[in-house]
Amino acid sequence: MNKEIIICNQVSKTFHTARGDVKVIGQLDITVKENELVVLFGPGQCGKSTVINCMSGLEPVSTGEMTVAGKLVEKPGPDRGVVYQRTALFPWLTVMGNVEYGPKVRGMAKKERQERARYYIKLVGLDGFENSYPNQLSGGMQQRVGIARAYCNEPAVLFMDEPFGHLDAQTRYLMQEDLIRIWEKEKRTVVFVTNNIEEAIYLADRIVVLTNCPTTVKTEYPISLPRPRDYVDPEFLKLREVISAVVDKTL
Amino acid sequence: MDEIKVKVDHMTKQFGDLLVLDDVSFEVKKGEFLCIVGPTGCGKTTFLNCITKLYEPTKGEILINGEPVDLKKHNVAYIFQEYSTMSWLTVAENVAFGLKMKKLPQAVIDREVAEVLAMVGLTQYKDYYPVELSTSMLQRVVIARAFAVKPELLLMDEPYGQLDVELRFKLEDELLNLWRKTGTTVIFITHNIEEAVYLSENILVLTNKPTTIKERLVNSLPQPRNVVSPEFIDVRNRVTELIKWW
Repeated sequence: MNKEIIICNQVSKTFHTARGDVKVIGQLDITVKENELVVLFGPGQCGKSTVINCMSGLEPVSTGEMTVAGKLVEKPGPDRGVVYQRTALFPWLTVMGNVEYGPKVRGMAKKERQERARYYIKLVGLDGFENSYPNQLSGGMQQRVGIARAYCNEPAVLFMDEPFGHLDAQTRYLMQEDLIRIWEKEKRTVVFVTNNIEEAIYLADRIVVLTNCPTTVKTEYPISLPRPRDYVDPEFLKLREVISAVVDKTL
Repeated sequence: MDEIKVKVDHMTKQFGDLLVLDDVSFEVKKGEFLCIVGPTGCGKTTFLNCITKLYEPTKGEILINGEPVDLKKHNVAYIFQEYSTMSWLTVAENVAFGLKMKKLPQAVIDREVAEVLAMVGLTQYKDYYPVELSTSMLQRVVIARAFAVKPELLLMDEPYGQLDVELRFKLEDELLNLWRKTGTTVIFITHNIEEAVYLSENILVLTNKPTTIKERLVNSLPQPRNVVSPEFIDVRNRVTELIKWW
């Protein structure tokens, strides 16, 4: 039995704005086990990204407690990697520069960190592109750099906030297949946010369905279909129908 | 004999050295619902842009009703990938835009706008601005604007790419209803194979660049279609096999 690595205990988040308080997260309880791939699935604007931002430490929680690997989350840290919705690469750095950035600022020796970066660049299938700049790469390739950069810090937990949201349906399939391949080779705890049900079922060990804002857990589905999963398998399609029906509607 | 609405005759498009469309020929019948699918980056959008003359084809010709495309004469509507509502106009003003361009009398415009807003269920939102609407409503505004001009040819470039499954199904059903009611000819481009199989009467499968037609499939699944039925999945798998590059 794997131990629990993320514990989100009665967490709430309220933003104070000029137009008044906006409560985005209600009383949220989520636990994630080590090396589990959990998908947070919910309607648009339900607060999925805010949950990720609280887990990664980019946003402080308003009430409740968030712990990762036994430590209270108070600020971002190298033990928690984030792959963003928009490819947040440094445009003035090459692929190598982007991927080695984390270890570099933590003072790792050049030889060691570049060796490590090269390993992850190869893992995401970008060997040969070490010296390319982000604007020379396609959308799918940029997102691969983002994944390699997050992995290169060797974090305990990886957060992915709709990383494939702006890719076309076919590139998305490719990236999903690759993500599972990478994850199976380099097991990590992954919390993956999406509003695409196909993607959720393809990837997840467990899908946590969130409610509309202020968001809480609506229900959970362990997904036990064998991998690699088939998008047109009858059981896959059945799950898609069941989970789609349960999600809150946004107009 | 069915009437030919669109005839694409040896269309070639080159950007400098890059050959995107390589001698493509096909016909679309009047009232047909044609879906075009193909691998990522194969030039699907270029294809539509040539049909509308947003780009001038390098070689070849596109005929509507047997005449070269002339957007002043031919009633063609285009729905883009991005939601292209005009943010400074209300819903009703957005929908009226094409009719105004045609300088129709105000009474006619009012009547047409009311009718098409009712069809897409936006009557009560006619005075809202785009910023006040959700994504699905915005997409309905765009569709209403396209149908308002009673297009003889409707071109759609991946209009539902960013929507979740439930919403996509709903808007697809609405689109099919409008298509049946109006009898317009539709060319619909998508990356989503399930969507193509759900909507189309015929599917045009394109190759990688330089793009040619790989196959034209007749999709005779009865309507309404069930995306989980074995027959549906069979067609979906066949199309997937034809374009799979990932």
